[in-house]
Amino acid sequence: MSTDREEVLRLDGITKRFGELTANDAVSFSLAKGEVVALLGENGAGKTTLMNILFGQYTADNGTVSVFGKTLPPGNPRAALDAGVGMVHQHFTLADNMTVQENITLGTRPLFSTRLDRKAARQRIVELSERFHLAVSPDAKVGSLSVGERQRVEILKALYRDVRILILDEPTAVLTPQETDDLFATLRQAIANGLSIIFISHKLHEVMAIADRVVVLRHGKMVDGVAIKDTDKAALAALMMGAEATPPAVAPANPGKTLMALRTVSTPDIGNAPGLKSVSLDLRAGQIIGLAGVSGNGQAAMAEVVGGQRSPDTGVLELDDEVLSKWSPRTAVESGIARIPEDRHKTGTIADFDLTENAILERYSNTPFSRGGWLDWRKSRSFANEIIHKYDVRCPGPDTTIRLLSGGNMQKLILGRVLEAAPQIILANQPVRGLDIGAVNYVHSQLLEARDRGAAVLLISEDLDEIMGLADVIHVIAEGRLSPAFNRGEKTPAELGLWMAGQGFDEPAQKQESHHAS
Amino acid sequence: MDIIEILFTASFWAAAIRIATPLILATMGELICERAGVLNLGIEGIMVVGAFAGWMAVYSGTGLWAGVAVAFIVGMAFGLLHSTLTVPFGLSQHVVGLGVTLLATSATYYAYRLALPEVTSPPKIAAFQPYEIPILSDIPFIGEALFSQTPFTYFAFLLVLAVAVVLYRTPLGLAVRAVGENPSAVAAQGLSVTAIRMGAVIVGSGFMAMGGAFLTMSAFDSFFFEMVNGRGWICIALVVFGSWRPGKALLGAILFAAFDALQIRVQQTEIGAEIPYQIFLMMPYILSILALVVMSRRAEVPAALMVPFNKGER
Repeated sequence: MSTDREEVLRLDGITKRFGELTANDAVSFSLAKGEVVALLGENGAGKTTLMNILFGQYTADNGTVSVFGKTLPPGNPRAALDAGVGMVHQHFTLADNMTVQENITLGTRPLFSTRLDRKAARQRIVELSERFHLAVSPDAKVGSLSVGERQRVEILKALYRDVRILILDEPTAVLTPQETDDLFATLRQAIANGLSIIFISHKLHEVMAIADRVVVLRHGKMVDGVAIKDTDKAALAALMMGAEATPPAVAPANPGKTLMALRTVSTPDIGNAPGLKSVSLDLRAGQIIGLAGVSGNGQAAMAEVVGGQRSPDTGVLELDDEVLSKWSPRTAVESGIARIPEDRHKTGTIADFDLTENAILERYSNTPFSRGGWLDWRKSRSFANEIIHKYDVRCPGPDTTIRLLSGGNMQKLILGRVLEAAPQIILANQPVRGLDIGAVNYVHSQLLEARDRGAAVLLISEDLDEIMGLADVIHVIAEGRLSPAFNRGEKTPAELGLWMAGQGFDEPAQKQESHHAS
Repeated sequence: MDIIEILFTASFWAAAIRIATPLILATMGELICERAGVLNLGIEGIMVVGAFAGWMAVYSGTGLWAGVAVAFIVGMAFGLLHSTLTVPFGLSQHVVGLGVTLLATSATYYAYRLALPEVTSPPKIAAFQPYEIPILSDIPFIGEALFSQTPFTYFAFLLVLAVAVVLYRTPLGLAVRAVGENPSAVAAQGLSVTAIRMGAVIVGSGFMAMGGAFLTMSAFDSFFFEMVNGRGWICIALVVFGSWRPGKALLGAILFAAFDALQIRVQQTEIGAEIPYQIFLMMPYILSILALVVMSRRAEVPAALMVPFNKGER
């Protein structure tokens, strides 16, 4: 880093409250030219809120933002953009039905000018995408792009506007390791071009790899700001969590009888993703069964079959050695299958319901939550309170709308809802996606505890480390086909990787090779 | 006369184009609103008020085009009301839309009684007359069907072209389409979602009122109660039929109008006399529903249609 520090951005005493929740508490820090500052913190620590204030999407209750020495008017994204601040949001702000070029040029010309100047715009996009290694076609519809490509569009949107400060909110959460490397190459190119970057993350190794300085947030408060060269991963984790974080130790499993089984089950394809192709699987008591595979290889179909949303086309399901004739989400819940859904926003919770309502969502019609057709709100509320305390859901109370919670806290509520019913079979679909280390360890230890009391846990994950660390037996799914069961430690990551690429299956691969390029 | 024979007469197509014109104008208005993400169910009432305002203006002595402008402005005023309630306040677009329809319709009848307290049959005005476009109107068949209409009809066709050009070729149109697809994308680019949506609803409502004005100023020459007669609701369906695209919506309007023109003529044929006339009145609607079922399978609904945008909310 250069010694003469040219300050480009300063946040001063930013405070923001949502109802009773203080998301940011007097946060101050600054950013210099050519510098990468990482904003590190657990989910719900207030990172995204802080950046939304900086970018003018939220109005702070207190404090100021200044860029190049000038104070920005609060609550005005236009002013932030004009001052040279660009933001790549965690949830992309792209219109799926429009082309890449349309998304990038939106709002870059005066509304009432008569021409779009598409040729010049296109040329500039191509030029930028070459200079910053952001390969994407200007004419592609955003809806048809992969997540990694969409992120490139978001970055191009900012670069197209000649921003000097780029904010990236959890940019790697949705990327494959390869795409993450590409992103880092782009960011280094940006720094070389004189940009400054704020990089929001809770992944320590990424922060160590890219940042010059780290600002740590905890519970909305700024805990520390340190230079990367003066710290290490362990110290950062301690700062971020307030305590040393250790992954749960895994005791050997003690598997019991088969609780649920799939026998040569096949299902139709779901859009571009394959269905199951003659899959047989045993879910045994006291065992975590890991389902590894690249995203979109039949995991969705597997989750739907086990969770009751889909009945097999051919083949049968057995529960306690009995063949099931009727299979629906309701019968699945009644049979004691608990589901931690992949998308906690879309299928796990109802955003505008409060915590109490969400807590009883799957069992509202059973005792003790309803009696004689009437809901018992007192019992429901105390159940929600119990989850909040037992599972450390950070929130103002059971009457809070769940939309206001961070992803990690939402997941804890779902976990509590699921585990409090002491289920025999647990379907955990990507249970820790987007969570911070503290929450990840917590979820994992809870799943292990459920296993030890005799539950069968089906863990679906795209993270091989998670599967290898947690699962007692591992199946690989590729193109809808299931590998044989491998015991813990039987295969190396590289060997599993070959299976994930579709090698090693008995039958020769189908001819649909271009199907799953992503 | 045989049904097939009817389809090959220029006078039939001329009638179809005439019947289609108010639908084209109002459908463009609704399309603009919906592309910006706002369903405007005020359309039926706004057409009524437009029919009255244009006609009343001409009756009070303004020129025909000035009357059209008056209808446009009155329509915009109701658009302002609708968009204020639905955009910044984020109220239910269904409830507000139906409310605006009821309000505009009743306000029109009230204004009619205030303006003409002692009249039993409404006065007539000198309406738009057909204008045969030189050269083009001499083309056999097409000339009679397309180019011997009133100037108001020509205006409607030009409007379709203008809406298409603005939507797809200008920064403004890009912003309108984007705000209907994903308002956060628009906000993130520093544009005002509120201003763009309100603007679209206001202008769109103006065109709806013009559609109504065509009825009193070109199709007929006077104002009757119930004369809009559900045309607004047809336009809502036409927008879906047209997949939210101006060109396809235009075709849909002409198709519907052709069914309408056809049923009147079939009623007068020999077979037609045997069948209760109500069956014929139903025909355009039934055929529209069928066409809608077929066409809307591939329709690309604006993703943020009917989704209010609240700034600063999680």
